Amino acid sequence: MMHVLGLLFPPGLLTAPFMQNAWISGSAVAILSALVGFFAVLRGATFVAHAVPRASFAGAAGAALVGGDTLLGLGIFSAISALGIAFLTSRRDRGQITALVLAAALGLGALFLALGDAYAPQVYALLFGQIVGISRADVLGILGLTGLTAAAVAVLYRPLLFVSVAPDVAEARGVSRHRFNVLFLLLVALSATAAVPVVGALLSFSLMVGPAAAASYFGRSPASALWLSVAIGLVSVWLALVLAYDTGMPVGFFVAVVTAAFYGLGRLWALTADPLADAA
Amino acid sequence: MKGLELPRADQTILDLEGVRVELGGKVVLRDIDVALRRGELVGVIGPNGAGKSTLLKVILGFIRPSAGAVRFAQGQRAGRGAIGYVPQSFSPDPDLPLRARDLVALGIDGDRWGFSLGGARRRAAVDEALAWVDALSYAEQPVGRLSGGELQRLLVAQALIAEPDTLLLDEPLANLDLRSQDEIVGLVGRVAHERGVTVMLVTHDMNPILGVMDRLLYLAGGRAALGTPDEVVRAEVLGALYGHHVDVLRVHGRILVVGAAEVESLTCEA
Ligand SMILES: Nc1ncnc2c1ncn2[C@@H]1O[C@H](COP(=O)(O)OP(=O)(O)OP(=O)(O)O)[C@@H](O)[C@H]1O
Ligand SMILES: [Mg+2]
Repeated sequence: MMHVLGLLFPPGLLTAPFMQNAWISGSAVAILSALVGFFAVLRGATFVAHAVPRASFAGAAGAALVGGDTLLGLGIFSAISALGIAFLTSRRDRGQITALVLAAALGLGALFLALGDAYAPQVYALLFGQIVGISRADVLGILGLTGLTAAAVAVLYRPLLFVSVAPDVAEARGVSRHRFNVLFLLLVALSATAAVPVVGALLSFSLMVGPAAAASYFGRSPASALWLSVAIGLVSVWLALVLAYDTGMPVGFFVAVVTAAFYGLGRLWALTADPLADAA
Repeated sequence: MKGLELPRADQTILDLEGVRVELGGKVVLRDIDVALRRGELVGVIGPNGAGKSTLLKVILGFIRPSAGAVRFAQGQRAGRGAIGYVPQSFSPDPDLPLRARDLVALGIDGDRWGFSLGGARRRAAVDEALAWVDALSYAEQPVGRLSGGELQRLLVAQALIAEPDTLLLDEPLANLDLRSQDEIVGLVGRVAHERGVTVMLVTHDMNPILGVMDRLLYLAGGRAALGTPDEVVRAEVLGALYGHHVDVLRVHGRILVVGAAEVESLTCEA
């Protein structure tokens, strides 16, 4: 028994400085992604939640080119792409604008990479994350972004919930559909900025949507789904960190696998609770 | 609700003056002049595409008229939850983590910042609203798994719980069985006549609301006629709306409006 525990929790897992940074930033990003992902799933806006982190990649590439701060570059590009999506998208749009904004940002990112002298491991880290290579300064930035987003979600919670589940009725009560769409996209931008350095532009999607989608199967009320989403996100990241430390394989891989597993469990749960759910 | 203020039948609460609406280059409403009084229940009727839903959206401020004005009696609009709205369609995702009671609770304070702290009083208020529309039996069900009629009753409860001054109901009786229709109509009638709430109720069939309807707003050809059913449902009035000759036939207590293009069946105890 001790032997197995020793294998699962080898020395340094909790004490090595780079692992401490990984635990703190990973947990923060898990909470942040789950909070924002909850609304993304409620609103059926998972494509946007996918596009903004990927588009922000161009900001990191740009920062590398001019020697600027990565978080700042990510923040600027995720905000620009979120606002672009918010203001260009018409009501009948089915994601074309989101796709165009994403394509434009990725194109810029490719240009920045070509102009600069970023070497492959840097690019690789931005795309797939570098949870065990996070600096103290990055940790502080990520904690700040997490606090900001959590505070914003706490303030916006009720009207954003209302306008997400019953937009016409909410709008009649003065909750502007458009204004809250902009606010929601800014939340996505905030969480993308914090998540991309940790889990990468390609995989931050799985942390935002996986736990929230799974939680919407398990949770019955909005509040329970929100807390479950946070809990599933945290457990996924923690599990992924332990497995990555033990095996030496990339954390992003385990984050994707574990969140997908939770989602699969949610689907199964929904099927057993209501066998006709998928037949319709 | 508005217990102390007794409704004054002559008090205009909402005034539409020369309202014209164009959507996608097409004139949907033209020259609509309608004044609604406090505490009256107005039935809105007309063929598909006549602009009934559009008229409600203009009053709600969702659609800006290209000419004319929508005026509320002083201070009407400003209040929180001044207008209760039941949209014509609402089809939530089957997996939405939202129970029937959560939807109704959003009607209380969904427009306020922050989390709500729950509490026994809030729960009792939601239970009471659910009881108004006979929805207590499915209070804990996810809204995405409810039938159209069950959802519609919830939306009515959600609109009423905010204690609005004006209630705009877009086909709240569609999807309802006869018993539920009677219950909702009775409830809405009491809200109008006892609490002084002004109600506009869109329906395809006048019959269920004849007992509570104060006036009828007939929309056709982009124009409106407002009055008692007997004043409005006449060949010369409806002919002017449709812009061509129509006949109003009274057969076995039913009223049939027969025109060149469409036949509108209005059930009515003539
Ligand atoms: N966004 C829009 N753009 C263009 N035309 C529109 C738009 N919305 C509605 N219309 C048109 O306006 C007209 C009135 O629509 P509205 O929904 O108000 O009709 P309605 O009387 O409620 O009909 P129904 O009985 O079918 O509910 C229709 O001809 C419709 O095609
Ligand atoms: Mg309609």
